[in-house]
Amino acid sequence: MGKVFKYGSNVDTDVIIPARYLVTSDPAELAKHCMEDIDQDFTSRVKPGDIIVAGRNFGCGSSREHAPVAIKGAGVACVIAPSYGRIFYRNSFNMGMPILESGEAAEKISDGDEVEVEFATGLIRNVTTGESYQAEPFPPFISRLIESGGLVNYVKEGLPE
Amino acid sequence: MGMTMTQKILAAHAGLKEVRAGQFIEADLDIVLANDVTGPPAIKEFAKMGVKKVFDADKVVLVPDHFTPNKDVNAAENCKEMRDFAVAQGLTNYFEVGQMGIEHALLPEKGLVTAGDAIIGADSHTCTYGALGAFATGTGSTDMAAGMATGKAWFKVPSAIRFELSGRPSKWVSGKDVILHIIGLIGVDGALYQSMEFTGPGLKHLSMDDRLTMANMAVEAGAKNGIFLVDEITKAYIKAHKNKNRTPAKRARAYAPDKDAVYERTVSIHLPDIRPTVAFPHLPENTKSIDEVGEIKIDQVVIGSCTNGRLADMKAAAQILKGRNVAKNVRCLIFPGTQQVYLDCVREGYAEIFVKAGAAFSTPTCGPCIGGHMGVMTAGERAVSTTNRNFVGRMGHVDSEVYLASPAVAAASAIKGCIANPEEI
Repeated sequence: MGKVFKYGSNVDTDVIIPARYLVTSDPAELAKHCMEDIDQDFTSRVKPGDIIVAGRNFGCGSSREHAPVAIKGAGVACVIAPSYGRIFYRNSFNMGMPILESGEAAEKISDGDEVEVEFATGLIRNVTTGESYQAEPFPPFISRLIESGGLVNYVKEGLPE
Repeated sequence: MGMTMTQKILAAHAGLKEVRAGQFIEADLDIVLANDVTGPPAIKEFAKMGVKKVFDADKVVLVPDHFTPNKDVNAAENCKEMRDFAVAQGLTNYFEVGQMGIEHALLPEKGLVTAGDAIIGADSHTCTYGALGAFATGTGSTDMAAGMATGKAWFKVPSAIRFELSGRPSKWVSGKDVILHIIGLIGVDGALYQSMEFTGPGLKHLSMDDRLTMANMAVEAGAKNGIFLVDEITKAYIKAHKNKNRTPAKRARAYAPDKDAVYERTVSIHLPDIRPTVAFPHLPENTKSIDEVGEIKIDQVVIGSCTNGRLADMKAAAQILKGRNVAKNVRCLIFPGTQQVYLDCVREGYAEIFVKAGAAFSTPTCGPCIGGHMGVMTAGERAVSTTNRNFVGRMGHVDSEVYLASPAVAAASAIKGCIANPEEI
């Protein structure tokens, strides 16, 4: 269960992790600056297991994998949004961070709500309001990526011995 | 069921007769690209995969362009890591400062990308190469690592929007104005997860430089890729930029959409209707025609980048700046995209025009576009820029502002000190 940090639509990778910090790819270092250009208090308030809920096109913009790395590094367990910038979407699964697509959840969950997520089924439970929402199921290929723990392991599994 | 251009290229690279939108495939790659920001993490992930050698030393391209010439010690370390890897792997296409360019200006110029290719790059503007009729898309560093290791990438086959272009654009309307106009029309997620395919009789009035600018910004509409139908203009460009180190695969050819190709929708764009266009902060979709802009004072002008750092862009700026001066207290920074464009600017006399006008004329770098170095803004400052993004804090302080425009509008603005119409210079 995690506490929700809620943001609007088109949250771009430049505000998730500004380019000025891209001289490192260390998760802990990147996490220190996560979201700072739209929410200066994020890094001081976020706790392991918390959840980001946002509007459509979350993570649009740059291909920088530093964006999901920073979010994961900050302890965020999951992102829920109606849609994602497509590179952010594939980066998240490639590095083993599941993200969920649900317009209903993104609309109805409020900032500060306590939310539980069941990745296997895509069920999202809002503990604060008692509501639950069903996210889009993962396509079989994405499920395999998640089961492998990301693309590095997926590639390793596919390589000849 | 007919396929789009993108679907045909993906099918050919997946060894399949047919693919349909939504299908997951694994495709062979012709080029795998990274820069000094995305390369070092890719190299670390590559090491974790337990692979010793890259799949093809001619097809992995590394370009240090983001924080180069090295802006600080960390940047120098990243570049060193990439250089050491390039040497250890014997990569043919590592481009050192002094021979490099901004990656998406450099690769087409060097003949490393061609029609019918499937390309991934760990940089979102990799979609630029769609101008040549290639399938090219941005990915992250882990995809880049897998691409280096296996020569393959996974894709969800996209559906597509067809843009049917007609007519000839007016004098000061360039590819930049056309793509800003389109993004204003469909929004920053208007083509999310989709291809943008450009066809129609208007193509013959768009130069390769215009097309490269347009394909470059497909990602700003959320698209997976932008791609142009191959015509005589494309073929002439490819012929003029042959690379002896690059033997294109048999599947590298012009792919036209099937007659019964299924498109999500068709958007008709009549090029003569488009005016010089400016995108206001803080999204590329916040567009206005130059006639609706009003008086907006500026502090900085940036002309260059992977979007607008080609010779036609430099020429447009030079035509306007010739014999004129940059306005008092305005900084005008001009960044040609590659060493070749730089040299051409010197030969054509543009370099002298820029310097005499009071502009700074720099070596190629992504620095100012990303607020990295060489042109960072402080609170309250405003730039007119020919780059591709005007997000919050993109060029520096979170309270600075970026207005996206063509090189002609940017140059006119530099002279006037406020956003200006090139027709009025």
